[in-house]
Amino acid sequence: MLRKPFISMLLCLATSAMTHAAPLTIEITQGVETALPVAIVPFGLQGAKQPPDDIAKIVSMDLARTGRFDPLDEKDMLAKPSRPEDIKYQNWRLMQREALVIGNIKHDAGDRYSISFWLFDVYKEAQLAAFNITGTESNFRAAAHKISDIIYEKLTGEPGAFSTQIAYITASQDKNNKLLKDYSLWIADADGYNPQVLLKSKEPIYSPAWSPDGQKIAYVSHERGKQQRVVIQEWSSGARKVTTVPVKGRQSAPAWSPDGKKLAFTNHKDGNAEIYVLDLSSKKVRQITNHWAIETEAAWTPDGESIIFTSDRGGRPQLYKTSANGGAVTRLTFEGTENARAAVSPDGKMIAMVTAIRNDATNRLEYKIAVMELATGYLNVLTDGTLDESPSFAPNGSMIIYATTTRRGRGELAAVSVDGSVRQSLAYEDEVREPAWSPLNKK
Amino acid sequence: MKILPMLLVALLSAVLLLSGCGTTGEAEQDQGAVEGGAAAGSAEDAAASAASAADAQAQPMEQPKEEARDPLEEGLLAQRVVYFDFDSSVVHDDSMPMLKAHAEYLVGNGNTITVEGHCDERGTREYNIALGERRADAVRRILLANGVSASQIKIVSYGEERPAALGHDEQAWAMNRRSELMY
Repeated sequence: MLRKPFISMLLCLATSAMTHAAPLTIEITQGVETALPVAIVPFGLQGAKQPPDDIAKIVSMDLARTGRFDPLDEKDMLAKPSRPEDIKYQNWRLMQREALVIGNIKHDAGDRYSISFWLFDVYKEAQLAAFNITGTESNFRAAAHKISDIIYEKLTGEPGAFSTQIAYITASQDKNNKLLKDYSLWIADADGYNPQVLLKSKEPIYSPAWSPDGQKIAYVSHERGKQQRVVIQEWSSGARKVTTVPVKGRQSAPAWSPDGKKLAFTNHKDGNAEIYVLDLSSKKVRQITNHWAIETEAAWTPDGESIIFTSDRGGRPQLYKTSANGGAVTRLTFEGTENARAAVSPDGKMIAMVTAIRNDATNRLEYKIAVMELATGYLNVLTDGTLDESPSFAPNGSMIIYATTTRRGRGELAAVSVDGSVRQSLAYEDEVREPAWSPLNKK
Repeated sequence: MKILPMLLVALLSAVLLLSGCGTTGEAEQDQGAVEGGAAAGSAEDAAASAASAADAQAQPMEQPKEEARDPLEEGLLAQRVVYFDFDSSVVHDDSMPMLKAHAEYLVGNGNTITVEGHCDERGTREYNIALGERRADAVRRILLANGVSASQIKIVSYGEERPAALGHDEQAWAMNRRSELMY
């Protein structure tokens, strides 16, 4: 595996006025040598009003974070054109840049800006794209992420996932560092900015899951009678409701069906865990698994036809698959001591999971993130932690965000590309865990 | 604040204990927290909770000199934690005398109890919620077999979410693979 550091940058992300807590700090810990050399020139400004953010910087960081792009440092730029007619391609060939982005920002009126940008192929001396978008003071970063999405898609042929968000959970320790207290559910932009708390609780919160339309988050909370219950919260309004189901027991592990009409969940009763599917409009449930073993951690395939889940029916946790209506069960994973907590890639071709591998030197089980191609069953271990868990795919399938425990015993988030070549860590002041990447096209 | 801060409850109960007032106030607090909790309606769901806050367990403080001593603070009844092996919900023989003593006490006074299930941090979080349920249920079954009524026992699994020790080694893990009896 490639371990050469690509970019070592620590972004100390400034808090904006609307946020109250330190955001995630993102550091790229491993990148690829084959990253595409690009240059994002600082955008020209028209009008007296200074825009609230540096678009070129945001776009450069977005692209660098994927590990697939190597943006030129601003100080190494021989020129800073902001109009197509000012470009001298040899300036960029000299710096071995293959793609070039320039743009300018015009202050319209009030808090509105018109942003124009162009993307060029330096060697072909050809324009690849030209766009105008409008931005306001309050959504200026969002406008920059939109530009990143367009550039990423033009250069890779795949949609970008920069205009997305991540949900995650933090837990703070008491002042003696003896116990965990104050669990919080957060959402932040995919680059760690604009964190906001959705819920604070003295009781544990876990298993956040975005609805496919990105408007709601289901999670598990112990606030009612201290027992585990699934709660659905609309994140924009904050409206929240404990999901009631017509079966006895306690519920956890929510998973939305791809059409958003159903919710798979685990029901715990008499020491047994089984997977059910709740129809969210009719409130009817259907039991999907029926076995004395633990069945939990349901994940839907993108066609909505199947559910992949964890079961220890074979003695240790492994992944299995069944129809979304229940019925015959097939085992999917055979490598490794344990495999659990499946996440299905957006194209349905791959599953990410937590795989447990025994370290022969220490004789300890180590938990790492792995992906398996469903067609071949080939398992690729992507991470080298010892307590990695909770994998969640970026909605464009390019990266997997997961939770890890550092050598010093701190809970952090990290992201890895699906081929394992690029890795980044996302640190936070408290214990942070349980990341869930939002869908694309969220309003 | 919708949720009564648990720390406050723990703190309050500690203060109450120290001042010799007993834990009744705390039990009432938790009764209140159960309102509407019977939505799913199983026997243990419906049982009113008399659980103390999880933190209140950690109170090996010196017993205040009281006139009427709480039997739950003495002998086997003062032991509230059952420990398990990795990925196992088998209750060891050495926990049986303690569980039998609690069963006898519960049969005698009709109290309700919450049995919590906990895990170490290894394994995935939701798998551990299921494993914690198994552990709590294993303890529940022993209490039932010793005459306690199903309506007296409520169970909850915290999986790896409420560790008793925050370390990342076998010493901490052994402390965390547990079931706790919460009166």
